[in-house]
Amino acid sequence: MNSQNPLHTESRWRKYQKEIADDHYYYARSCIRQNFFPGSERAFLKIMREELNKDIFDDPRHTTCTGIAYHSDIVPQETTSTVIARHFALMTEMGYQNLAISCVTSFGLYTELLETWKHFPEEETKIHEMLWKATKREFVKPKNLAHSSDIFFHNREQIAAKSQFNLINQKTGESLKVVEHIGCHYAKIFPEKGVGGAEFPYVLAGMVESWGGNVVDYPERRHCCGFGFRNYLVMANRGYSVANSKKKFESMKPYEPDFIVANCPGCSMFMDRWQYTIAEMEGTTYGKNGYGIPVLTYEEMAGLVLGYNPWDLGLQMHQVSVEPLLDKMGIPYNPDEKYKVKRNVALPLKPEILMV
Amino acid sequence: MTMKTIAIIGAGPAGMEASGSLARLGYHVVLIEKEATVGGHLKNLFQLFPDRRPGKEILTHLVQTIKHPGIQIKVNSEVSEVQKLDNSFALKINEETMNADAVLVTTGFDLYDATEKEEYGYGIYPNVITSADLEQMFHNGKVVTEEGKTPKRVAFIHCVGSRDEKAGNNYCSKVCCVTAVKQAIEIKELLPETEVFCYYMDIRMFGPYYEELYREAQEKWGVMFIRGKLSEASQNMDGSILMKAEDTLAGKPLRMNTDLMVLMAGMVPSASSKKVAQQFKMEEGQNRFFKSADNHYRYNESQQMGVFIAGACVAPMNITDTIANARAAAVKIDEYLKN
Repeated sequence: MNSQNPLHTESRWRKYQKEIADDHYYYARSCIRQNFFPGSERAFLKIMREELNKDIFDDPRHTTCTGIAYHSDIVPQETTSTVIARHFALMTEMGYQNLAISCVTSFGLYTELLETWKHFPEEETKIHEMLWKATKREFVKPKNLAHSSDIFFHNREQIAAKSQFNLINQKTGESLKVVEHIGCHYAKIFPEKGVGGAEFPYVLAGMVESWGGNVVDYPERRHCCGFGFRNYLVMANRGYSVANSKKKFESMKPYEPDFIVANCPGCSMFMDRWQYTIAEMEGTTYGKNGYGIPVLTYEEMAGLVLGYNPWDLGLQMHQVSVEPLLDKMGIPYNPDEKYKVKRNVALPLKPEILMV
Repeated sequence: MTMKTIAIIGAGPAGMEASGSLARLGYHVVLIEKEATVGGHLKNLFQLFPDRRPGKEILTHLVQTIKHPGIQIKVNSEVSEVQKLDNSFALKINEETMNADAVLVTTGFDLYDATEKEEYGYGIYPNVITSADLEQMFHNGKVVTEEGKTPKRVAFIHCVGSRDEKAGNNYCSKVCCVTAVKQAIEIKELLPETEVFCYYMDIRMFGPYYEELYREAQEKWGVMFIRGKLSEASQNMDGSILMKAEDTLAGKPLRMNTDLMVLMAGMVPSASSKKVAQQFKMEEGQNRFFKSADNHYRYNESQQMGVFIAGACVAPMNITDTIANARAAAVKIDEYLKN
């Protein structure tokens, strides 16, 4: 007993081994990631197709799942269910059975819907009727539902085999210290649907370890990033949102993490952007020499490991500067190309406190 | 008349006490124990509540009880096959077959596997231990953290795996509250400067002098009792444990660091009970312990004629009640075999 390894018993690990389809996915994009971290989903598709030789269908007809509105009590459950049922119908029409979901909120919501139908089949019947009335579409439930981080976890060794860079500090030879943050809706609602369960999820930790890094187990590891929909969407609550992120940063700071990796669009966004906000509000920064702690999505992390150009991955869109991390990993980059744009537009001013 | 034989499965306190009682009544008893030594969980108990009597003292007494010419002890032994005959059972033990006119099942309990409460970090954070681990520390005469330091603060968490719907155990394990109080006092005696906290849902002091022990813990030893359940535990950089809980009396969430966190793991039906239940086609109650033929009048009788039950395989029970229950079972078996 008393091992630091969260997978302390074989039986527990088996309990949280979910089935992840190996190929032929219908991709459900996230609404917000494409704006926050625009290179991530593009990198995901490229890695899936070009590195892992997988068949994945990116459907322009796919829409929001309504998750943010649903969790803000703006959209009723029937509407959300019917919208998701339409996605199932689109997947069915394209001949796919495996759903790869980019967003943790969507993943939680799709899972919740399928679980609801398991216990209340009359609800499924109702949604079949509602979708037919609205769109004249029929759907078949997915055979396999996976978050896209599950799929990278599933293929982590194949990615490791193709790696150009490891999560290792090239100057010291030591493994990078990585904070992994799992979106609440990934496994806290249905622990058995997430790799590793709710308390010690292994989906990102598995990637980090396979690619050479060490996971930091800090006290507030499981704490919410603070997004929490209403916390952020209602302006009066935003202080609460920042306070939650701050709690995490304060807790992880003594461990001097080299970067944070998250699997949820909201978490990546808030852990990155709130560092700027806290710097402006309090003058506090959490990295070394006035820098912040870089925050990556798992696709960006995979992209760096595979040797992709950081600016092609969209790392220039991060609030917290990623250059200290790139330097540690020994990844070459051209600083002059960081903000190179096609159109002649003025760039935003540099922040005064948080170093970029 | 041939001497009648009773097979007793499990040589913990219940099995040992019943063996002695039945042997003294003139029966031939075969006491079957799967482990190498008799005594069950009692072997691991440093002191008993409420009088702080050494566990070893009771064990010695029970060992004396089973030193009787009418008792045959079979350690490292398990029943592998059961055949129901007209008025008896043919039992296969270690490739030998014996005939038993009656069977008493005293397969006791297992400790709840505290790793199931993943959010408490047992088996992950070295300074999260169970009450059984702490009892072992008392045996060794030293309570230290994983880092070898004297804990400045110790927190006990009541009801780990008991009264917990999520764990699938709705019942109260009865002995954990008073065990926590006893262990809290033992900590204070050993380490007077150490702060001790108990996090509880309700304090259930059901036995004689338990309430007095609880009062002593507060008044004499300054043990602090907080009504609230732990929500989760994490490890700080120095190996101490960050607890997140709620003080339901103050109505506030709280965070507290502790050097050692002790989980009061409850009782669950033993793996041996499961096996025996299948072999003898015995019924389980809703709580998965053995179901008595009648909760009031036939408590020690199972649903199977000739198969009796006693001790913590029937319900969570302390040592005192286990011994009394074993004697009651002996009387019932005597009545059964005489009629």
